[in-house]
Amino acid sequence: MKEINPRIDRSRKVIEIRGLKKAFDDFEVLKGVDLDLYQGENLVVLGRSGTGKSVLIKIISGLLKPDEGYVNVLGEEVDRLTPKELDALRLKIGFSFQNSALYDSMTVKENLEFPLIRHAKDLTQKDRDRIISVVLEAVGLSQAMNQMPSELSGGQRKRIGIARTLILKPEIMLYDEPTAGLDPITSIEINRLINEVQRRFNTSSIIITHDLTCAKAVGDRVVMLLDGQFQRQGTFDEVFDTNDERVKAFYNYNFID
Amino acid sequence: MDLSNKNTESTRSRRRYVVSKRLDRIFLELGDVYAFIARFFKELWFPPYELKEIINQCYEIGVRSLPLISLTGFIIGIVFTNQSRPSLADFGAAALLPALISVAIIRAIGPLVTALIAAGRVASGIGAELGSMRVTEQIDAMEVSATNPYKFLVVSRVLASTLMIPALTMYTTLVSLLGGYLNIRQNEQTSLTTFFYQVFEAITFLDLAASSVKSVIFGFTIGMVGCYKGYNSSKGTEGVGKAANSSVVTAMFLIFIEELLIMQVINALRSF
Repeated sequence: MKEINPRIDRSRKVIEIRGLKKAFDDFEVLKGVDLDLYQGENLVVLGRSGTGKSVLIKIISGLLKPDEGYVNVLGEEVDRLTPKELDALRLKIGFSFQNSALYDSMTVKENLEFPLIRHAKDLTQKDRDRIISVVLEAVGLSQAMNQMPSELSGGQRKRIGIARTLILKPEIMLYDEPTAGLDPITSIEINRLINEVQRRFNTSSIIITHDLTCAKAVGDRVVMLLDGQFQRQGTFDEVFDTNDERVKAFYNYNFID
Repeated sequence: MDLSNKNTESTRSRRRYVVSKRLDRIFLELGDVYAFIARFFKELWFPPYELKEIINQCYEIGVRSLPLISLTGFIIGIVFTNQSRPSLADFGAAALLPALISVAIIRAIGPLVTALIAAGRVASGIGAELGSMRVTEQIDAMEVSATNPYKFLVVSRVLASTLMIPALTMYTTLVSLLGGYLNIRQNEQTSLTTFFYQVFEAITFLDLAASSVKSVIFGFTIGMVGCYKGYNSSKGTEGVGKAANSSVVTAMFLIFIEELLIMQVINALRSF
């Protein structure tokens, strides 16, 4: 179980969502979601596959447009931003993809350099190399600098994916299924890394997962997405202290799996 | 149900149909194609210009196509000359062979063969590469890191293809003429000077200009089709395969249509 996080500032909301709705053709995925993320908090969004968890963070990062609702990130209403303003906001958001989304044709170093070259143009090559070394060291993969993504294991790819998002020092981290497809030991290492990132870089994070071990290890607060709405929220134990059969079933099946 | 963010800018809930589901889809697709092409011309003029990526793509499309283009062009030159000889000889006009192959190769065979080979190699390559990037969320990763994926991936590839296909066409034309010359030399003992004198005497400025314009249009088509199919491919490995396959088929189909239309325009210009 995660210790109480003293860095959470409940007076500052970094993400505020009200009445968020999103449908694909006739299927309504999100049916009026409300959510707050506070400065320094690790918020876990739990739910079964296909319940719209990833859709939620794609809307937050502006990859998808909401049908209805209000999404405010760091004081900016995402849906109303011009492309230029959206890009400026995206520099403050780190997005770690489920399959890492490393650029296949580039080495690890080139992957990490890619955002730096475009968004930190005043840096010299020496500065870039130093920053790359720092983030690689932070994710414990200093030796992988010149490797191609295809040469890395699943866990290493996840770490490099996280390193790439950290390189521009984001204020918010969005993790999409960070432990999906990993063995239990690597999953524990990734959970530790998420907590370490939060401590070291003082980020606020939303972690999308259906892995209860991950939720317990990294979540300061847990919300549960069921039938397109958040049904439960609180600490991990509070969320599962319920008679709601759907929540109990999710808990039981997770551990049987 | 596919929850992928195909073409994120245009992902909307489309629940009501104006005419019918199929017809609406066709019109929406046409709208997407128009928007995709229009975006190229809009983004082309503004920085960042991604010069490094454009040079990389020019190398991929141009230099890496050389072995295949060389072999194909050379063989076509030999075969075409060889097959044309008996017909001309029947009329006692075998001496016109250099003029015939020059007109055929410069006006039609050079641009068309180059474009068809490039459609097979380049359009499918681009379709598969971008399709795979879409499936593995690499395009989304670029977008969320505030890098314009359209500019980095599409503009660079379409530009490289538009620049390199005309260069490859010139090269194919030369190699085909060389193949033709070697065949003529073997049979008619014509010198290289005489051969090229007859070649250039048979063609006009309009032939060269038309061939160049045609290859620019073919290059743009090949790049654009590959990018459109790959960039908008659906999720899953099946989507990547479909993107690659449909890039080749669509590019070849469009190249033949364009060839037909351009030929009509050139004939009209020639008649003035």
